[in-house]
Amino acid sequence: MIVADKKPIEEIIQQVEAYRNVLILGCNECVTVCEAGGKKEVGILASALRMYFINNGKDMRIDEITLERQCDHEYLEEIRDRIDPYDAVVSLACGVGVQFMAEKYLSKPVYPGVNTCFLGVTEKRGLWTERCQACGQCILANTAGICPVSRCAKRILNGPCGGSSKGKCEINKDLDCAWQLIVDRLKALGRMDDYEKLFSIKDWSTDRAGGPRKVVREDVQI
Amino acid sequence: MRLSYPSSIKIIRVPCTGKVDILHILRAFEKGADGVYAVGCMEGDCHFNSGNFRARKRVEQAKKLLETVGVGGERVQMFNLSSAEGPRFAEYAREMDQRIRDLGPSPIKLAMKKAA
Repeated sequence: MIVADKKPIEEIIQQVEAYRNVLILGCNECVTVCEAGGKKEVGILASALRMYFINNGKDMRIDEITLERQCDHEYLEEIRDRIDPYDAVVSLACGVGVQFMAEKYLSKPVYPGVNTCFLGVTEKRGLWTERCQACGQCILANTAGICPVSRCAKRILNGPCGGSSKGKCEINKDLDCAWQLIVDRLKALGRMDDYEKLFSIKDWSTDRAGGPRKVVREDVQI
Repeated sequence: MRLSYPSSIKIIRVPCTGKVDILHILRAFEKGADGVYAVGCMEGDCHFNSGNFRARKRVEQAKKLLETVGVGGERVQMFNLSSAEGPRFAEYAREMDQRIRDLGPSPIKLAMKKAA
C-alpha cells in the first residue's frame, strides 16, 4: 500500500490560518492503514485545529469528511454538492488523492495533510517499510520474490556489491542487504541455479526516470 | 470506604482504559474541560491484557497535541493503580484537582466565554 506519514500540525496551521471555513478530507484506504489520514486522524486533526484557533481568538469552522478513496471520480463526486461553503480543503489522502482533488475542484485550494512516503508493507503496527518502487518491469520472478530495485540501496541487479557485510548494507547497519536476502531465499527454495542465469538488460524506460507514466488498457475502455 | 475526594472530578466509567480513545480526550478539552485523567490497572496487570498500555500511548499522544495547540500537556495524565487501592484513588484525585487549580481554567474555556 501507499505509506504516508502525518505532517507536523504546525505546518498545516500555517497553510490554513488565512481561511475561515476549512474541510478536512480523509481517505479510507492506505492512509487509514498506516494511521495517517483515516477517519480517526481526520477527527484528531480537526479537534486539534479547532482548539488552536479558539485559543488564538480566531473564529473558524472546521468540518470533517472521510471518503472511501480520493483517486476515483465516483468517490470525489460524492462531495460535489457539499463543498461550496468551504474556503479550503486539507486532504489527508496520499499525493495522488490531493492532486486528483485539486483537478476536480479547481476553485478550491487543496492542501496536503500527510507526506506520502513509499509503497510498502506493515511489518508490525507502527513500522512500515518500503518494498516496491513501481519500476514497471517486475523482475521478482528471477529474484525469489525480493526486489533489488527497491530494497538494494544501489538498485544493482547482478548480485551483492563489495559493501555487503554480514548480510547488511554498507549504508546502514540496520538495512538488510537485498542480495543476501535473495541468495538466502534462492537457497531455501533450492533454486540456486537461477542465480547463474543470464537475463536481458532491464528496460528502465518504464521507470519514473523515463518521465510521468500511464497505463492504457484498450480492452476495458468502452 | 467512604473516602472523600474533590467534587470537581467527574467520573466516566469504562470497562478498561483501553476503551478510552484519544478523540474522547481531545473533544473533552474542545468543549472546555480543564483537565482529563485516565486511571487504569497497574502495568502488567491489565485485566484485559494490554488496554492500559494503549491508554498510556494515547494519553502521551494527547499530551503532545495539547502542548502544540496551546492548551498545555500537563492537563492530561495517566495514573495506574489496583482497583483495591481506594485511598490511592482519592490521593490521585486530590493531586489532579490541585494541579489543575494551579494551572487555572483551560484557555479554551476562557476563549469560549469571551466569544459568548
